[in-house]
Amino acid sequence: MSPLSSKHLLEIEDFNHDDIELVLETARSFAEINERSIKKLPTLRGRTIINLFLEPSTRTRTSFEIASKRLSADAVNMAGSSSSTVKGESLKDTAQTLSAMSCDLAIIRHKFSGAPRILAENMDCHVINGGDGIHQHPTQTLLDLFTIRERFGSIKGKTVGIVGDILHSRVAGSLAPALNSLGARVVFIAPPTMLPARPDILGGEVVYSLDDIVSELDIVYLLRIQAERASKIGVPSLREYSNLYCMDARRAKKLSKNALIMHPGPMNRGVEISSDLADDPRTAVLDQVTSGVAVRMAIMYLMLGGDSNGATA
Amino acid sequence: MALLLKGGRVIDPKVDLDGIYDVVIRDGVIQEIGSDLSIPKGVTCDCTGRIILPGLFDMHTHLREPGYEYKEDIESGTRAAVKGGFTGIACMPNTHPVADNSSVIDFIKKKAAQSAHCRVYPIGAITKNLEGEDLTEMADMLSAGAVAFSDDGKGIQNAGVMRQAMDYAKMFPATLIAHEEDKSLVGSGCVNEGPISTKLGLPGQPGISETIAAQRDIELCDLTGCRLHVAHVSSYHTVDALRDAKKRGIPVTAEVTPHHLLLTEDDLSTTYDTNLKMNPPLRSKEDRAALIEGLLDGTIDCIASDHAPHAPHEKEREFERAAYGTTGLETSLSLMLTHFVAKGIFGYGTLVEKMSDAPRRALGIDTVTIEKGSCADLTIIDPNYSFIVDTDERESKARNSAFVGWELTGRASDVLIAGYFKMRDGEVVE
Ligand SMILES: [Zn+2]
Ligand SMILES: [Zn+2]
Repeated sequence: MSPLSSKHLLEIEDFNHDDIELVLETARSFAEINERSIKKLPTLRGRTIINLFLEPSTRTRTSFEIASKRLSADAVNMAGSSSSTVKGESLKDTAQTLSAMSCDLAIIRHKFSGAPRILAENMDCHVINGGDGIHQHPTQTLLDLFTIRERFGSIKGKTVGIVGDILHSRVAGSLAPALNSLGARVVFIAPPTMLPARPDILGGEVVYSLDDIVSELDIVYLLRIQAERASKIGVPSLREYSNLYCMDARRAKKLSKNALIMHPGPMNRGVEISSDLADDPRTAVLDQVTSGVAVRMAIMYLMLGGDSNGATA
Repeated sequence: MALLLKGGRVIDPKVDLDGIYDVVIRDGVIQEIGSDLSIPKGVTCDCTGRIILPGLFDMHTHLREPGYEYKEDIESGTRAAVKGGFTGIACMPNTHPVADNSSVIDFIKKKAAQSAHCRVYPIGAITKNLEGEDLTEMADMLSAGAVAFSDDGKGIQNAGVMRQAMDYAKMFPATLIAHEEDKSLVGSGCVNEGPISTKLGLPGQPGISETIAAQRDIELCDLTGCRLHVAHVSSYHTVDALRDAKKRGIPVTAEVTPHHLLLTEDDLSTTYDTNLKMNPPLRSKEDRAALIEGLLDGTIDCIASDHAPHAPHEKEREFERAAYGTTGLETSLSLMLTHFVAKGIFGYGTLVEKMSDAPRRALGIDTVTIEKGSCADLTIIDPNYSFIVDTDERESKARNSAFVGWELTGRASDVLIAGYFKMRDGEVVE
């Protein structure tokens, strides 16, 4: 039996506080293992994990793949271009086909919100949402929480500014409610055109101006701007966006010395963050990537039947 | 051929009729309404405990034939209509090919004459191929049997085209049925813009995207004098606009669907249930309350199902890619009986107005009356019959329903068209 309260991780809300605590604890021991020269554990030997990435994402897919290999699971990749869904097969059919091949865990990335649920409803195995539409990206959230905890010890009482296109961001979609429920103050910093209809539902306040609030922030979380879509997502130009919302040296001076600058990657230097600041010690972007592997190992390990002691055993 | 309906509660507010009566029908025509009637020979049907109403009419359905018979066809769609208690329905023109010329209207009429279980009134397109640009040959379609015109499913985006269509249609006169949707505000929105769109990460569309289009058409209606019927009202702003328009004496009518009267966006919660994906979308509690208020105060004239049958594979997919709509013909009446009539929100008289008279008047066709000499198109209701909405026991080809699992009380038990039973004791007559 999995020690987690939910069979699947479709939304961050599937994990209660104890689950989150357990994942972060377990991830810490995996993070130590990831610093050893031999990083492989036999824990999930014989288990089959399918990476169903129906929307291209090298970073997340690679992170999951490394995580499963370090646990000795057999990881199979199904990329968007080669998958049968492009041949007109429905996601339900795909799910039933995969289910017939009896895998243990499926990770799905999909461009439409709610798609992981279709998979979960039509498969026997565990399902992890690897990012769906503009909805949520719960494993990103867990690795972000891990990164914040590693730096600050605790999340409670911290002020987190999430900057940019909240409306179209699945990263914000799961991070904001999670931070909120863990006792952080969440502030969305964006123009009204980049805000969802009801930001309060996600657990955040709204401030339009980054300059007005930057000095109050413990954590600045910069969202990636889909540069090719700038005009469609509600800013007149990348130049104007960057004038208003780019984390640059001038704004960094107002930011506390202990603050954390985060970004889910890949960064557009000069748009969300100025080039020099990308290499500032306060910037945790590479820590986030490193945490990503450990956190994903922890989730897979716990889902497929581990307990928190097994990780180091 | 004589038929005696014995001891039913006969209700027709148009002729001030409400009481326990016997009804004698001969050669399809109501011959007598009274007490202790008998017929020398013919069929006697015991209607004790049943309610006899003028035949119900659904002015907004999609029968899918020609072109999408895998979803529904005229035969299966009208079977569903009769099962749901309707003696007549109007069908929208978004078929393939589009019903935008007299040969398609003609085809629907001929097909209906061969295979339909109830009366079928085709609605023609306003613009060719529903593209919102060039007017169709309305006169030709009217002579082929079309009763009204609509670009349902899309709406006309260009105000100049709508103005021209109204100017043209008023000479017949013919009603234009407007699917109100300003696409520039809707975008890719597939649910109501609000807490649910935020929570589920689905593109939202604001209620005012309907109202702005409706308000435009109301002003054009005022300018041109053409009869306008606003389809499937969903937003409280639109109810306000309609109320105001009616105060100003503008010749506009409107309909609401059972699903907008009974469901809200909150029913979507976190499930991504594509059976609840509608166009216009299910809106907020406030919208729903305004729709009920508008129905009761006469701002909204009638109830129509917007019966939208789809094949399973068109619904069982990602929410944003799934087809819009729910079937409604087989559930509309029972939903209204359970959630409005039985709860005392309105009586059978209002039900007749909203589901029989007003929709026919909106289309400019004769209403059905229960009086001596009238054609016997009747819907007989068993108010006590309880059932659970089940997708396997249906006359429609489609299985998509927003009401699966709902427990309902009251249904049509019998349907008569021109004196013939089209449904008897809940079974569609072959
Ligand atoms: Zn419509
Ligand atoms: Zn329709």
